[in-house]
Amino acid sequence: MDLELMINSLPKLLNAAVITLKLLSVSLIIGLFIGLFFAILRLNKNIFINRFAYGYSYVFRGTPLLVQIFIIYFGLGQIEYLRSTVLWIILKEPYWCAIIAFALNTGAYTSEILRSAFQTIKPGIIEAGKSLGISNRVIFYKIQIPIAIRQSLPAYGNEIILMMKGTSLASTVTIMDLTGVAKYIISTTFKPIEVFIVAGGIYLFMTFIIHNVIKFLEKKYSFN
Amino acid sequence: MELLAFGDTGWGDELFRATLMTIAVSITAMIIGFLFALIFTPLKLSKNKFLNFIANSYTTIIRGVPELLVIYLFFFGGTGAVMFVASIFGYNEYIEINAFITGAFAIGIISGAYSTEVFRGAIQSIDKGQFEAANVLGLNKFGKFFKIILPQTLRLAIPNLSNVWQITLKDTSLISVTGLVEIMRQSYIAAGSTRDPLFFYSFAAVLYLLLTFVSMKLINRLEVKYSRGY
Repeated sequence: MDLELMINSLPKLLNAAVITLKLLSVSLIIGLFIGLFFAILRLNKNIFINRFAYGYSYVFRGTPLLVQIFIIYFGLGQIEYLRSTVLWIILKEPYWCAIIAFALNTGAYTSEILRSAFQTIKPGIIEAGKSLGISNRVIFYKIQIPIAIRQSLPAYGNEIILMMKGTSLASTVTIMDLTGVAKYIISTTFKPIEVFIVAGGIYLFMTFIIHNVIKFLEKKYSFN
Repeated sequence: MELLAFGDTGWGDELFRATLMTIAVSITAMIIGFLFALIFTPLKLSKNKFLNFIANSYTTIIRGVPELLVIYLFFFGGTGAVMFVASIFGYNEYIEINAFITGAFAIGIISGAYSTEVFRGAIQSIDKGQFEAANVLGLNKFGKFFKIILPQTLRLAIPNLSNVWQITLKDTSLISVTGLVEIMRQSYIAAGSTRDPLFFYSFAAVLYLLLTFVSMKLINRLEVKYSRGY
């Protein structure tokens, strides 16, 4: 055990953890909107819109995140047309490519979580709203969405933790996040166990915090 | 299409072999995972606090740390650990471990943590009366486990194990960082030499989709088989 290395690498790894958290929070926020959008499409009765939303979530849930990042980072740059548009400013940055991939990925999982939450809302609640003369829009925004959010909290908490682990793949496209820095220190010092303990400890700590925040929210928004 | 031709002109046969490699690593990892689950599930269910603690640390750490970090630990640490053990027995030469074994072991440990949780949940949700009834019938420990508990556990566990399988299959793409030539690595090589990453990574995505689709169909059959009588 090389305690000195562990103490010396701690500040570097903590700095890198900030980048991991940035990647996580930005992609979760974008992913939540994508997820909500596709969950609403899934509830649509039009078979084409429905199939389209199902196809999106099927493809992104059925392929590894690594493939998705590589397609966006290495693949899209190959299209000549894209290079000439404004989009290229975003797509040439590995940071934004990673965020786009993460957001699309978590969006697919979030849409499934929200869809099942919408479907488990008892029809009686919506009928009660209608019989009080509340408009469909207000029923959707003020009744269905809050209940769906409450229903999906436990599953969404899991998704946040899975996504936090997913951000480690950003290191494959040259971003120095927590895993990227950990790998760099391992490959320069050849002390994998020490670095793993420190980096793994930071990840576990973040998991622990997320887990408890979700638990707190679940309690706060519980029905009784 | 020329890019996918079999033989020396295209990448078809290489990608086909890479797909077989992905399947082989996934299955090996899943089996290693089952072995881990076989050890840790009883520890989780045991009444001994210390054994509980060991099993809980295993599942919490593995499920809370990114897969890639675990793979790096095995990739960089595996050789050192094996050489250390070998040096105890007086062997001091350099030993290189095969990428397949390192990869399958790393993914297997991850998959084992998920399988452990699935089996724990399944066994806990079996009605207590089943255990008591088996005792009353005078079945011995093996009979009780293999004839009464296991079939019911499998029925409950198969849907969740199919999720574990999907996770394991997708996690094998991460082994490409260690140089094992599976779908991802082969696509990387092909993309590099033809300068056509969009095509090859998209094709890799299609291969993974195909694998998940076919395995879902097969698992659904198993599910039907094990829920006979319900």
